[in-house]
Amino acid sequence: MKLFQSILEAFESLNANKLRSMLTVLGIVIGVAAVVAMLSIGQGAQQSITSQIESIGTNLIYVTPGSSRQAGVAGGAGTAGTLTQDDATALYQVPNIVAVSPEVDSNGQIVFMGQNTRTRILGVTPDYYTLRNFTMADGEFISNSNLVSRSAVVVLGSAVADTLFGGVIGAVGQSIRINGQQFRVIGVLASKGGTGFLSQDDQVIMPMTTVQYRLAGRNTFRGANVINTINIQVNSPNAVTQAKTDITAVMRDRHQTSAGTDDFTVTSQQDVLGTITQVTNTLSIFLGGIAGISLLVGGIGIMNIMLTTVSERTREIGLRKAIGARRRDILYQFLIEAMTLSLLGGVIGIFFGWLIGQVIGKIQLGGSTLTAVVSPNSVLLATLFSMAVGLFFGSYPAMRAARLLPVEALRYE
Amino acid sequence: MLQIENLTKTYHLGKVEVPALRGVSFTVNDGEVIAIMGRSGSGKSTLMSILGCLDLPTSGRYLLDGQDISGLNDDRLAAIRNRKIGFVFQQFNLLSRTTTRRNVEMPMMYAGVGRGRRQRAESALEAVGLAHRMNHRPSELSGGEQQRVAIARALVNNPALILADEPTGNLDSHTGEEIVNLLLDLNKQRNLTLVLVTHDPDVAARALRTIHLIDGVIEQ
Repeated sequence: MKLFQSILEAFESLNANKLRSMLTVLGIVIGVAAVVAMLSIGQGAQQSITSQIESIGTNLIYVTPGSSRQAGVAGGAGTAGTLTQDDATALYQVPNIVAVSPEVDSNGQIVFMGQNTRTRILGVTPDYYTLRNFTMADGEFISNSNLVSRSAVVVLGSAVADTLFGGVIGAVGQSIRINGQQFRVIGVLASKGGTGFLSQDDQVIMPMTTVQYRLAGRNTFRGANVINTINIQVNSPNAVTQAKTDITAVMRDRHQTSAGTDDFTVTSQQDVLGTITQVTNTLSIFLGGIAGISLLVGGIGIMNIMLTTVSERTREIGLRKAIGARRRDILYQFLIEAMTLSLLGGVIGIFFGWLIGQVIGKIQLGGSTLTAVVSPNSVLLATLFSMAVGLFFGSYPAMRAARLLPVEALRYE
Repeated sequence: MLQIENLTKTYHLGKVEVPALRGVSFTVNDGEVIAIMGRSGSGKSTLMSILGCLDLPTSGRYLLDGQDISGLNDDRLAAIRNRKIGFVFQQFNLLSRTTTRRNVEMPMMYAGVGRGRRQRAESALEAVGLAHRMNHRPSELSGGEQQRVAIARALVNNPALILADEPTGNLDSHTGEEIVNLLLDLNKQRNLTLVLVTHDPDVAARALRTIHLIDGVIEQ
């Protein structure tokens, strides 16, 4: 019997019980739509987080201090205070490094007229601008002369400018107060988007020396100014791993430490990305798995309906055997019927899953939208999975049909 | 055409052995018409199943067209049923969800006939006088017409043997006679061997000879 014939017959017999077939297909539609929607939301989340991290800059490596230890009590990571400006200078000797920018972090209350906001203050060097892929919305970034003269100047993140000045325009040249001191706004950064801990818009930037001498107070370690982070950019993604090794070696040499006792941490942007990708993948699989349960229920629906069909059509099976159908002809006939149901459900389900993804993409979630991504992979997965469901849940009823004895099937009332 | 030698069939119902056929022997020649008669429980259904290769005998020999049937596997039996035997049943056994033409095409699908199925189905329907009913559903036809469709289906693979199991059982006497006439005409035109299983003496009388079964043996 030809495959095309079998499919035609399957449609004929499904058509004979329209409502029943439609309800069975609906079970699969719901399952597949849920799987596709969940996977696409997971992938959408991953893409938006990844693109936000990549917008920070490319090929970045961060050196941060390890934890402090006072009288045997370990503090949190980054509290050690052992990272100095001299460390940053020394890292220039590592090959393939394009830029090194030390960073001092603080925070403060920023006031202009009646408006105020509390935000992160970064003290950096002019290199930070290219390293972090910033663009200016207005004015200019801090300069070397600002750095040398510890000028009381500040560059605002776009969110801060929004809060204080109601927009990007009109901020440059104004004087604002931070922790009670006067600073002149020399520039506003263009928005990079991103929310929560990833936001690069809700911060202000100053010359590093200004933060050290005017705001945060200066700490020293072995005679050099303490800094919070060293931002490093290397020239290509392939150089990142080697650069990490080299940086670690230089730092160990300077700090007289060895593996396990390091008082610093070297992290690349790829590490961060890898961790986040792992988290979002786990999330996708988890969501998809939950959705998969409904697909399983749909599959049981197929099995149920196929068992009913087989017993209803016992005489038909007997007749088919009498006129020459072999066991495998009957087996294929019912398997194809089950798979037609599940595949039909799969195709319709993919469409609805895509639709759900699009609708969710339109909903605002905490200020940013999530673009659901229906990848060819998840479509392929859903199709194969729904076919497998049909095959798996259809095989038992089909086997029962194939095993019927022709004499008994013909006598069945 | 058919050669039956000392055929027995015993059913096992739990531990009880129920003999349905107890040594039946007869021969049917090519193109012959015979009737098998007997009350219910006489073993005629069992004999019919074995003659139709739907079931295998417990012992004895059955040669169909010179070929020994006993010991063949399911697939070989299915192929023999498909090519050599045409079945006509009391309840017609047509698929109600599809047209008469598609019903008649069905045996050809299992025979692997690719092209020409449609023409063959149509000429088979013409042969039973239903050329004008090809695209109707069985439910739109009268009982006699439905049985004609079933006969067309039995003919379509050009079998050597037609097995009709109570072909007039669900029909009024007038229509039943028409069906028997049709079967006998086909027997003459195509030199088909025809086996009629019936309990109607009028139908049996139309056959060349009649085999009476009583309690699983042939009454002499």
